[in-house]
Amino acid sequence: MEHVELFFKSIFIDNMVFATFLGMCSYLAVSKKVATAVGLGAAVIFVLAVTVPLNWLLDQYILQEGALAWLGPEYAEYDLSFLSFIMFIATIATMVQLVEIIVEKFSPSLYNSLGIFLPLIAVNCAILGGSLFMQSREIATLGLATTYGIGSGIGWFLAILAIAAIREKIRYSSVPPALRGLGITFIITGLMAIGFMSFGGMLTGGDEETKEDKTEVVSTNKTEEVKEVVKEDEEKIADNIKEIEK
Amino acid sequence: MGLLSKKDAKLITDPLTDNNPITIQVLGICSALAITAELKASIVMSISVLFVLGLGNVVISLMRNIIPSKIRIIVQLIVVATLVIIVDLVLKAFAYELSKTLSVFVGLIITNCIIMGRFEAFALGNGPWKSFLDGIGNALGYGVILIIVGFFRELLGSGTLLGFPVLGDPIGSPETGPTGLYGLGYENNGFMLLSPMALIVVGIIIWVQRSRNKALIEEN
Repeated sequence: MEHVELFFKSIFIDNMVFATFLGMCSYLAVSKKVATAVGLGAAVIFVLAVTVPLNWLLDQYILQEGALAWLGPEYAEYDLSFLSFIMFIATIATMVQLVEIIVEKFSPSLYNSLGIFLPLIAVNCAILGGSLFMQSREIATLGLATTYGIGSGIGWFLAILAIAAIREKIRYSSVPPALRGLGITFIITGLMAIGFMSFGGMLTGGDEETKEDKTEVVSTNKTEEVKEVVKEDEEKIADNIKEIEK
Repeated sequence: MGLLSKKDAKLITDPLTDNNPITIQVLGICSALAITAELKASIVMSISVLFVLGLGNVVISLMRNIIPSKIRIIVQLIVVATLVIIVDLVLKAFAYELSKTLSVFVGLIITNCIIMGRFEAFALGNGPWKSFLDGIGNALGYGVILIIVGFFRELLGSGTLLGFPVLGDPIGSPETGPTGLYGLGYENNGFMLLSPMALIVVGIIIWVQRSRNKALIEEN
């Protein structure tokens, strides 16, 4: 059950593009045609599905505080988490090289159409972001880490598929010249992000707890203050209504 | 400054407008959107990128003749990762609250396309002083956009700038009630603090920039 929940949460609620804006550069650059977008999206799903669990293993058995205890009791106090960045990037770069070799062998046309963007997946913030979020949210088991990786990948894939489809259609609209291309894509992505926010109450029934989890990453305490002020205003309005009704 | 020739000065001013890394080169978008809900976070992020890009450009430029072409991405990643680890540790030591707000986005400076982009496009082919200036210029261009977005988001979203309430007090004391603009009925637009508005603000900045400089308009 936890797996299903995490799976849907990482696709819709914590969508890599719309909630945390990871992988925007290749998202904007490759989304001109649906065919290339699908290819890149599939590659990202594969890389995420492989690197997040691998990095989880690294984090669990080498990097975390006390992780080295399996080597011997004298190593139990070592905390190598400051090496996380380098180790994660190393596994990601290796895995991407592997994906590149596989794609070149099995689908040369896809390889050619992706061009430089395939090796650029290694520096795609979405991939490193997936691993870093896995570490900061302290995902508990290997299975959950894999689910998280696959879910995040599918979320990114959905996003780039949607924007590519919209950009293909928008060629027939009259966009103001200064907004053409990049500007309108930003605004459309913003509107899509607003749309995806509607999934916020999906799994938790509007639980305050999950909202805090999300805002902790992206915004600050201010949103909570704002919410409190809004609540106070609502209460004042309700009181006023009661008085008028008297 | 007698140190900067005209061409060198251009290395700094170009990325501020015509060759801006975010709005023209389309690099570095991820962190520009996610952490700009507070002006302070934007400023700290800009300074971090300034440090990493400036120093990184110099290091790569100094090593450019000895890096074998096949492993240059890996070497670049190692240089950036080291600099970012330093930034992360400094932030955790001196500004812990802020490092919690920035959370994983400090680590994501490693994959910030601006840094790798400038390494490939400039530092690998030019001398250290020019690379340093180019790094500073691009980091400043990035910082300008971040600060503009952060400014509007914080001002319209929470009515404060750098934590100081500038539009008045929304709740006020029991005697006076709301002060400043809030007394006239103005409400904070809490929506500005949420992520999608950052995208729309950057879209508007691009709109303004391209309207003023017709040469930047895309054909289709």
